[in-house]
Amino acid sequence: MTHMKISMAQALNQALRDAMKADDTVLMFGEDVGALGGVFRITDGLTEEFGEDRCFDTPLAESGIVGMAVGLAMNGMRPVVEMQFDAFGYPAFEQIVSHVAKMRNRTRGKITLPMVIRMPYAGGIGGVEHHCDSSESYYAHTPGLTVVAPATVADAYTLLRRAIELPDPVVFMEPKKLYWAKEEIDLTEGQPGIGTAVVRREGADATLIAYGPTVPVALEAAEVVAAEGRQLSVVDLRSIVPFDDETVCAAVRRTGRAVVVAEASGFASVSSEIVARVTERCFHSLAAPIRRVTGFDIPYPPPKLEKYQLPGVDRILDAVDDLQWEDS
Amino acid sequence: MTTVEERLLPSAEPVRLIDQDGVQHDHPSYQLPHREALVGGYTELIKGRRFNDQASALVRQGRLAVYPSSHGQEACQVAATMVLRDGDWLFPTYRDCVSIVSRGVDPIETLTLLRGDWHSGYDPYARNVAPQSTPLATQLTHAVGVAHAARLKGEDTVVMALCGDGATSEGDFHEALNFAAVFHAPVVFFIQNNEYAISVPLARQTVAPSLAHKGIGYGVPGERADGNDLAGLLAVLGQAVKKAREGEGPQLVEAHTYRVQAHTNADDATRYREDDEVTPWLERDPIKRLETYLNEQGWLDDTVREHAEAMADQVGTQLRDGLMPEPEVDPWELFAHLYTEQTQQLREQAAFLRDELAREEV
Ligand SMILES: Cc1ncc(C[n+]2csc(CCOP(=O)(O)OP(=O)(O)O)c2C)c(N)n1
Ligand SMILES: [Mg+2]
Repeated sequence: MTHMKISMAQALNQALRDAMKADDTVLMFGEDVGALGGVFRITDGLTEEFGEDRCFDTPLAESGIVGMAVGLAMNGMRPVVEMQFDAFGYPAFEQIVSHVAKMRNRTRGKITLPMVIRMPYAGGIGGVEHHCDSSESYYAHTPGLTVVAPATVADAYTLLRRAIELPDPVVFMEPKKLYWAKEEIDLTEGQPGIGTAVVRREGADATLIAYGPTVPVALEAAEVVAAEGRQLSVVDLRSIVPFDDETVCAAVRRTGRAVVVAEASGFASVSSEIVARVTERCFHSLAAPIRRVTGFDIPYPPPKLEKYQLPGVDRILDAVDDLQWEDS
Repeated sequence: MTTVEERLLPSAEPVRLIDQDGVQHDHPSYQLPHREALVGGYTELIKGRRFNDQASALVRQGRLAVYPSSHGQEACQVAATMVLRDGDWLFPTYRDCVSIVSRGVDPIETLTLLRGDWHSGYDPYARNVAPQSTPLATQLTHAVGVAHAARLKGEDTVVMALCGDGATSEGDFHEALNFAAVFHAPVVFFIQNNEYAISVPLARQTVAPSLAHKGIGYGVPGERADGNDLAGLLAVLGQAVKKAREGEGPQLVEAHTYRVQAHTNADDATRYREDDEVTPWLERDPIKRLETYLNEQGWLDDTVREHAEAMADQVGTQLRDGLMPEPEVDPWELFAHLYTEQTQQLREQAAFLRDELAREEV
């Protein structure tokens, strides 16, 4: 049976399972990923199926986890590691920035690092401090990394398979609030690979650009706006690096207006980069400045306050309303 | 039955088989290496010293950007590779050029980082030498990964992972020791304690009785040796490698040596230490004592001496001829190596630079 209704968490689990089945050198390790199956159960059953050598718990030290993965990748393995939560990836930041990202360039391609760093990320789950960071901009800013964020169940499967197959390192951002959303998917039917954005909804009036956790929010907003008579396109980036300028710019040119929707704080972020590069390329197609709906420039709030931080449908609607319609 | 302490703690004094006067001492646990190893090692020391001093001279001529010399630490440099087999790995730092060259890597390719024409110049897989690591201690966890991969593949590879005394304060040093211990990875962690981290003396890094004592906290056996005694180093490191290879897990070795020169040519050591601290260490030079010992044994005849000198001259010539004042660089390389499949954005940026350079030519 290839068609099934499964959650993103199950799709990720299946992707790991299939990757480990397809290639003996694929290893999965991190904190609590063994017997427990990960705090989000993404690695559920892998130790049981593939043994302690293939899926295992490590000492509790993220720099060590990523550093060890670098060495394993240097010596013929394809490690996939889990940072338990985005904000707990920071101890590994030096390894990621100074080695994971730079090793290939440093050695003129003699050493490639086929490794994946999986990170449950972003908010919307009522997590206490350090459990809801959106850290993608740090990684996207670092040349040499590939940064991927799925927003659908099908993409979670396909993009993780592609990430594991890629000869280069991937930071794989998993929007944890979407882990439990179920979708009917066909695992054999490949989605586009890494580096390709997808237009999730076509509409002639304006384009919403989103990735990861904000894609469903953008789609919901487009639905509401449609009821009010305006048709919005929704572009799902899927991969932040490489960035699909072509698909994004084509959508913006078709509509002449755009709003970028992202959970991370807006200042010096992926969202500001998108505004800058789209403006540079599509200035003459734009009928209004590109608006952004992002998190405020504050640390991620405590659970009782997170609703003020998260980009919601209303804020997106306000931004769309603000796109100088009176001038057209 | 041996106690945990006996198994894990280093000996009370650093292992020394030949003292600074060239006198041999028996040791209850370590044997003097045989003649062939000591004579061969002598030649490597002479070559290493020449490499260091020639490289420093080339910095003064502007042909290298910077050179962190291991002058005075050559016994550590040479011993670290002499105890390895072909399939083993070496994880060096910026200070370990001599070790890399003594492993058989091309000297000019070794100096790429310090000449500044690329970040690393040799093929790491040709001699199983990782790129030199600059961020302190970060290479040590890579060493664990390489060793663990070898074990998973059923190979009996040993990984020699180098770091300095200062680097032992970094978190990665501790994570690497702990990971290696938990995964029983065949890594020999080899600390060259040269008493300084740039200007900061060892006393500011730790109040541990020795750096080798740090192993016990991770269940890793620690041992220490006189870092200027090639014989002692070969014995201690040789045994550590043997134990790691035979499945006894990671080993920690500290060499007591001294950085007789400044941190690099860009450093001014007079700002933080007195000359009379350095003087006694000149007496403990690794080459001098081995020379004395070999002479007394009658093992250092003219043939050996001339051979060593000829090899050293060859190194000197190689560096002088190979390190041209203006190495050729290729700006396209800036974009070429980041990804297996280049991104559209990098293609555009490469084209931008190409245009800019073309305009300059007109
Ligand atoms: C993470 C990190 N912090 C700081 C530096 C700058 N730095 C380069 S060498 C050095 C001293 C290192 O001392 P030690 O580990 O004893 O090695 P040695 O230079 O004496 O061989 C410092 C602070 C660095 N390279 N990496
Ligand atoms: Mg030092």
